[in-house]
Amino acid sequence: MHLLYQIFIDPFMQMGQAPDLLVQTLWEGLVGGVLYALIALGFVLIFKASGVFNFAQGIMMVFAALTLVGLYEKGVPAPLALLLAIGVMYLLALGVERVVLRPLVNQPDIMLFMATFGLTYILIGAGQLVFGGDPKEMPVAALGLPKGAIDLKILGGLVSLQKIDIAAAIIASIMVAGLAVFFQKTRIGRALRAVADDHQAALSVGISLNQIWVIVWFTAGIVALATGIMWGARSDVSFALQVISLKALPVLILGGFTSVPGAIVGGLIIGIGEKLGEFYWGPLVGGGIESWLAYAIALAFLLFKPEGLFGEKIIERI
Amino acid sequence: MFYREVGQFKTSYAADQAIFPIRQDRIGLALILAVAFIGIPLVGGEFMIASVMIPFLVLALAAIGLNILIGYTGLISLGTGAFMGVGAYACYKLSTLFPQVNIIVWIIASGLVSCAVGVLFGLPSLRIKGFYLAIATLAAQFFLQWCFVRVGWLYNNNPSGAIEVPLHTLFGIPITGATAKPLTRYYVVLTIVVVMTWFASNLVHGRIGRNWMAVRDMDIAAQLMGIRLLPAKLLAFAVSSFYAGVAGALMVFLWLGAAEPEAFNINESFVLLFMVIIGGLGSLIGAFFGAALIHILPIIVRTAPDALGLSIGSATAEHLTYIITGGLILFFLIVEPHGLARLWQIAKQKLRVWPFPY
Amino acid sequence: MSGADDILLKVDNVSLSFGGVRAITDVSFDIRKGEIRAIIGPNGAGKTSMLNVINGFYHPQQGRISFHGQTRARMKPYEAASQGIARTFQNVALFKGMSTLDNILAGRALKMKSSFFWQMFRHGPALREEIEHRKFCEEIIDFLEIEHIRKAPVGTLPYGLQKRVELGRALAMEPTLLLLDEPMAGMNLEEKQDMSRFIIDVNQHFGTTIALIEHDIGVVMDLSDRIVVLEYGHKIADGNPDEVKSDQKVIDAYLGVAH
Repeated sequence: MHLLYQIFIDPFMQMGQAPDLLVQTLWEGLVGGVLYALIALGFVLIFKASGVFNFAQGIMMVFAALTLVGLYEKGVPAPLALLLAIGVMYLLALGVERVVLRPLVNQPDIMLFMATFGLTYILIGAGQLVFGGDPKEMPVAALGLPKGAIDLKILGGLVSLQKIDIAAAIIASIMVAGLAVFFQKTRIGRALRAVADDHQAALSVGISLNQIWVIVWFTAGIVALATGIMWGARSDVSFALQVISLKALPVLILGGFTSVPGAIVGGLIIGIGEKLGEFYWGPLVGGGIESWLAYAIALAFLLFKPEGLFGEKIIERI
Repeated sequence: MFYREVGQFKTSYAADQAIFPIRQDRIGLALILAVAFIGIPLVGGEFMIASVMIPFLVLALAAIGLNILIGYTGLISLGTGAFMGVGAYACYKLSTLFPQVNIIVWIIASGLVSCAVGVLFGLPSLRIKGFYLAIATLAAQFFLQWCFVRVGWLYNNNPSGAIEVPLHTLFGIPITGATAKPLTRYYVVLTIVVVMTWFASNLVHGRIGRNWMAVRDMDIAAQLMGIRLLPAKLLAFAVSSFYAGVAGALMVFLWLGAAEPEAFNINESFVLLFMVIIGGLGSLIGAFFGAALIHILPIIVRTAPDALGLSIGSATAEHLTYIITGGLILFFLIVEPHGLARLWQIAKQKLRVWPFPY
Repeated sequence: MSGADDILLKVDNVSLSFGGVRAITDVSFDIRKGEIRAIIGPNGAGKTSMLNVINGFYHPQQGRISFHGQTRARMKPYEAASQGIARTFQNVALFKGMSTLDNILAGRALKMKSSFFWQMFRHGPALREEIEHRKFCEEIIDFLEIEHIRKAPVGTLPYGLQKRVELGRALAMEPTLLLLDEPMAGMNLEEKQDMSRFIIDVNQHFGTTIALIEHDIGVVMDLSDRIVVLEYGHKIADGNPDEVKSDQKVIDAYLGVAH
């Protein structure tokens, strides 16, 4: 009885008694969710255009941020470091297309999936080899991003919003809108959608697959860089962020692998869900449930709605 | 020339259905066993036995388990590390609760515990496959790892959070704990690994293995042959987790002597996956090749530059190991998706026709 | 030749749709014991869907199917298999990573009963069973003339041989009803003749009832005892080859109709 009370009643009582804490938790979850959504967005871009389930997307985020910070620490001015980091992501896209995608085209999806594991390890090794494995601080001010917090007095308490988080939410929205326009309105965007539908048909109307793949991986790289800057500003930049980047996987399961809105909604659900769960239900079992709650939510979805919130239902044919 | 099957006629299907139908293979196997049981103990030093051979055998056993799941049944798991952890913690718990029972019994029993947990987490595999299943197994990985940290009962509330192995004996000889000699531990591990490899080989070459491979290659056709997917997949999860569990118990009790939850983290799962990919999907000998390569690679990267007169820090060596491992995975996926095991077959084929390739 | 006793499988008013798209509408027909029954029709007529319904892979929204006089509402594919319905596929669905022999042995999955324990030791019942079924499969290999590719991985075989191995795998199940989905698609004349010979042999020597889908009308007319014609999911004709050949609706469906 007591247990049931603790699970089903007590947390909601707490929410009601301290609404400011609830708002604070929701906000934290929202910001986390936006960042998860951005990582997931990179996955979706690549999956749509090349059918590759890019396990390395999270690591690309860390790698991009590490490149930026590493260059800055070596004395490169922040704006130049940013440009160089973008350049590195372009080279990475070129390299991936050359070394991974081109030889593995038409292989089973699962091969490409496993190839991205190899990519993950190469990026971890290379990033640390060049810039060192110690955690680094993101030069927030030098990049022209706001620092500090806004304290709101509401609901009889104090809610503290980090300015960088607000900036993150705004930048994320702009990026999503930009990508939507890019997909719908530009020639390359249309080519991308064509490739996503049918590789061979796209080839036959004169779309260059190789070029499209470079563009997609580069776009995903830029998304990764932006995400990396935001995460880096919230904590330090190091490959410990890898665990966070894996959280984007349950987001994908919720949203479906091919849906941009799905990635966003899924990201928000996971972000908010795990913060609420940790804060209100975590203490019941000793805390730390943030590390697996997202996967448990995803697993429940897989069992009852395997195609995700926005994914397409698949009819098996033989 | 040396590897010819010419003149070896089989007069019964029994002879042709044997697992090693070719005489040279049987001789080769006998040689390998002789080297493992007699040769290595004779020539190998303490380092060779304790830090190379024992880890190699333990990892190979876990890789066989994972290969049954991925290579034979086509189900991707990213949670093998955690299932090894289940075996390790189960063995620790059982052997501290009932210290009088023989430790070998508990090692097998901990495999069974891991097997049960594996079946539980394998249940979603009926409805989901491919990437989706890979992500679902991450749930197992992170949840189980959390249990190893947060559930104090599992490590007897040891303040350090680690599990430490007490002394256990077999026929009066210490085989676990600080006083156990590396050679004794090596023989125990080797015997278990050989027996379990033999079982795995029998399973994958018989009806059960064919059913697994049928599910892997074309699950719809398999169903229409009368193979039921859920039992076949759950059996693969069960056997695979059993192997991982025993490997985990061996890892803590006969190799490391103590372990923290970190030993069973996601990286351990990745490393095992890499062993399977590089060694060869769907090949038992590949699991040994993969384990050898991935385990020995860091040792080589650490020591080779010294031998050449270059000095690199241990951090650099670690980073290089990452890059080389990643590169090897790409190399094998692109050039030889069947891994080292396939290269081995090609070598055998070359030997068969040597010296007249036409 | 007629009479209820003869009927092996009866399809009653079956309708099947996928989210609003009707694949099969109100189709009824029967298959008699020991006959070769063809299902023909233009592309998209619902022929493959019909086979999928018969072996339980799709569940029809309406209608019933009775097999061996037993009516069933829903059936799982492995249940259909255990009752003796075997099947080959339009696009070869072999187990690509396995050898020819292993593919055919996999068809014996239902007949092999030895326990996990004995399998683990590959001894006693498990080994006896393995050898006994190997013998059976060798007979099929012999029958289909594929001895030379016994140990070859099927992924590397030419298309015609793959189709033959697939037939072998289905025969390994010792089916009472064998469903063949375009067994001769993409074959040259010689291969077609071989395959036709195998189909007739299976039918006559083993007494297996066969339902087949085929586009080569010449082959269908020669092989089959009776023919069902489907168009856009509807049955438009049913009868022996001569009746079907002269049916106006069939001629219209195949040659088009002047409007």
